[in-house]
Amino acid sequence: MTEDNKAKKLTTKKTPIPEQDPAVRAKNFNEVTLGYNEEQAVAEAERCLQCKKPMCVEGCPVNVPIPAFIKAIAERDFRKAINTIKEANVLPAVCGRVCPQEIQCEQRCIVGKKNEPVGIGRLERFAADWERECGMECLLPQVAPSTGKKVAVVGAGPAGLTCAYDLAKIGHKVTVYEALHGAGGVLMYGIPEFRLPKSIVTQEVEVLKKMGVEIVTNAVIGKLITIDELMEEYDACFIGTGAGLPKFMGIDGENLNGVYSANEFLTRVNLMKAYTFPNSDTPIKVGSRVAVVGGGNVAMDAVRTALRLGAKEAIIIYRRSDEEMPARREEIHHAKEEGIRFELLTNPKRILGEDGWVTGIECVRMDLSEPDESGRRRPVEKSGSEFVIPVDIVIMSIGTGPNPLVPESTEGLATNKWGYIVADEETGRTSKEGVYAGGDIVTGSATVILAMGAGRKAAQSIQEYLLTKK
Amino acid sequence: MAKILEKRLIRTPDVYYFKIDAPLISKKAQPGQFVIVRLHDQGERIPISLADINPYEGTISLIVMAVGKTTNEFVMMKEGDDILDLCGPLGKPTHIEKVSRVILVGGGFGVASLYPIARAFKASGSNVVTIMGARSHDLLVYEKEMADVSDKVIVTTDDGSKGIKGVVTAALKQEIDENGADLVLTVGPAIMMKFVSETTRPYGIHTVVSLNPIMVDGTGMCGGCRVPIGKDTKFACTDGPEFDGHLVDWNLLMSRQKTYQDEEKVSFMQWKKKHEHINIEGK
Ligand SMILES: Cc1cc2nc3c(=O)[nH]c(=O)nc-3n(C[C@H](O)[C@H](O)[C@H](O)COP(=O)(O)OP(=O)(O)OC[C@H]3O[C@@H](n4cnc5c(N)ncnc54)[C@H](O)[C@@H]3O)c2cc1C
Ligand SMILES: Cc1cc2nc3c(=O)[nH]c(=O)nc-3n(C[C@H](O)[C@H](O)[C@H](O)COP(=O)(O)OP(=O)(O)OC[C@H]3O[C@@H](n4cnc5c(N)ncnc54)[C@H](O)[C@@H]3O)c2cc1C
Ligand code: SF4
Ligand code: FES
Repeated sequence: MTEDNKAKKLTTKKTPIPEQDPAVRAKNFNEVTLGYNEEQAVAEAERCLQCKKPMCVEGCPVNVPIPAFIKAIAERDFRKAINTIKEANVLPAVCGRVCPQEIQCEQRCIVGKKNEPVGIGRLERFAADWERECGMECLLPQVAPSTGKKVAVVGAGPAGLTCAYDLAKIGHKVTVYEALHGAGGVLMYGIPEFRLPKSIVTQEVEVLKKMGVEIVTNAVIGKLITIDELMEEYDACFIGTGAGLPKFMGIDGENLNGVYSANEFLTRVNLMKAYTFPNSDTPIKVGSRVAVVGGGNVAMDAVRTALRLGAKEAIIIYRRSDEEMPARREEIHHAKEEGIRFELLTNPKRILGEDGWVTGIECVRMDLSEPDESGRRRPVEKSGSEFVIPVDIVIMSIGTGPNPLVPESTEGLATNKWGYIVADEETGRTSKEGVYAGGDIVTGSATVILAMGAGRKAAQSIQEYLLTKK
Repeated sequence: MAKILEKRLIRTPDVYYFKIDAPLISKKAQPGQFVIVRLHDQGERIPISLADINPYEGTISLIVMAVGKTTNEFVMMKEGDDILDLCGPLGKPTHIEKVSRVILVGGGFGVASLYPIARAFKASGSNVVTIMGARSHDLLVYEKEMADVSDKVIVTTDDGSKGIKGVVTAALKQEIDENGADLVLTVGPAIMMKFVSETTRPYGIHTVVSLNPIMVDGTGMCGGCRVPIGKDTKFACTDGPEFDGHLVDWNLLMSRQKTYQDEEKVSFMQWKKKHEHINIEGK
């Protein structure tokens, strides 16, 4: 007993996870974090107190039975661990890598009150990778006999893929329509290889295909086929088209050569493999000094990608302070380790250019105001503090909006004033009968796990709808 | 995957006509729209205008001019080959309505994309005048086709080897002065569309231009195709490709088209080298 307590006391920190050395990884696109081996995973699992009333589960948007799967890892029953996770989360290999655990499960973990919380994300990833290694047979779920019902899913991001998985599992015939030439949504075109290897995403898509889901790529719904036409052919429809429309600041110089949206920059590199140019045909301007405007995950991905492409200096420009940066803490930490320069409390005023090309970015320093009624501290300009950072590439990463193609072409589909589709939070039901929606196209840019959760809830209500409909 | 049903050389040595099996796209496509094509797994996505649409056959036609690596690879494809990715129809269709007189101005192989537009205007009961220009007579394409769907065709060549000697804008000005026009629509190189817009500006004739900035996805996701139109910045792939020519910032458009000039050269040289190699081995 005392022995046990001693052991617990000794491990105030998470079991360290092997990572590529910062100096090395800043020059390659291989995954940064290498993952636990069995011994490390078991050691970390043993830090869990197996709470009777586990707070971590409440912090998880899809309520993964966390203590149960951790217990299974501690007992070396990895099969049971992964099955337990999959009851609630169909993309654990993805979520273990990209979920903001520090504001979800791990933030609530009781161990985290005094010490570092249990590394729940790392353990989730371990269990998922363990299963992936044993191949396709292990990944395939049991699929119920065909119900004869057909459902169309629009958009192959985490929301659409999860919805398709759940519906196919209960025997419905699902067809996923995707605008791009590859499935995966942001997981494929946005999040870089060094954070989420593309082989994981393609494997998940393969699983869906093996389950009988048909994936139709190059199908821009609203242009090639409308939602109304889909509803003539299918019994129900789920829209998970994401929030892919890049925003710009509207400042001078934003249309100069050398200014990218983060979406374009990342799509060229990830989806189009521009980092292997000229072996792949899509070019990218590498830049020797690159400024990325923004402080979210997208900005961190863009700036670290620029560094890996060979930029001599890669800089984050963010108008608030470190604390307010919305990116995952781990990404900020990794970025700093890799030598990314942070210009915080700084906002761009205009982009300077010569002969059509970017030469610099003029910025102004900011102060944070006293908290307003909402408790938020607004950034305000410090007058006279303007200065210029010489750069040759600027990447705008200040958020995205909803793509209008589907709402525009669908009569009677209600949207809010920003153009997001209005859907019930619990059921995903929209203003059109039989049409459901979820993920970023409903909530605005959020997270993978929330998009998945929305896809899952919609699948449940589609099932109810199909059962009650005549 | 989309099968190439027919391929024809329409202008020696570099402009080809392709008819492609695309039943779904052909049912939805409208004049003025385009598709995005990716030829192989390492390939880039390139936009190509619809040169014809045949919903009864379930086909679309494209006219491709070999200018760099991807378009050269494209024109080497044969009848029966499959195009890996064909995505469309993209962009907003041309706004077709009956007007008493519409002048269509095409430069080089851009004339081909005017064909379905001319046909639609003709079908609407509008009087259609086509002005087509090229450096020399052997660079003209689609003359006969355009004659079939126009009430009048005016040909210009820089060297005077056919039709009126001079540039399209001179012919355009003359045609407006003599017969007037309610609408001018132009497809071709940016520089030509710019001068067409400058020509019509003093007359206040609404002038529609079909812009061709560099694109990636074609769905509004990357913003690479953005162009300043008046006070706004628009995405050519979803808001366009057609815009009011009098509002376009032409210099910016043309400057952005050159973004990857150096990279395009590298890519094309590497491709050429590989090809010479194959040719030599083939002997
Ligand atoms: C660079 C980047 C990094 C991120 N990092 C993280 C992270 O670390 N952790 C995290 O939790 N979240 C992260 N996010 C956010 C997360 O990826 C998104 O919240 C999530 O992907 C939303 O899923 P979705 O299924 O709603 O939409 P998406 O993933 O956007 O997928 C939508 C799909 O629909 C397709 N589509 C769009 N319109 C049409 C149409 N008309 N017809 C057919 N198909 C269409 C799109 O091509 C796309 O494939 C990041 C986002 C980005 C861009
Ligand atoms: C809406 C639209 C319609 C078009 N219609 C046709 C058509 O009907 N027939 C045709 O032959 N061509 C058309 N183009 C142009 C065609 O897309 C380019 O010629 C092609 O991308 C060049 O690729 P490349 O690798 O062969 O040449 P590159 O060596 O890459 O480039 C050669 C030239 O093409 C331009 N270009 C390069 N990449 C792109 C791109 N992704 N998008 C647009 N322009 C690019 C460059 O500015 C450069 O001047 C159209 C372009 C647009 C935007
Ligand atoms: S809150 Fe922490 S210690 Fe408690 S069950 Fe969850 S992971 Fe284990
Ligand atoms: S081509 Fe990407 S937004 Fe237009």
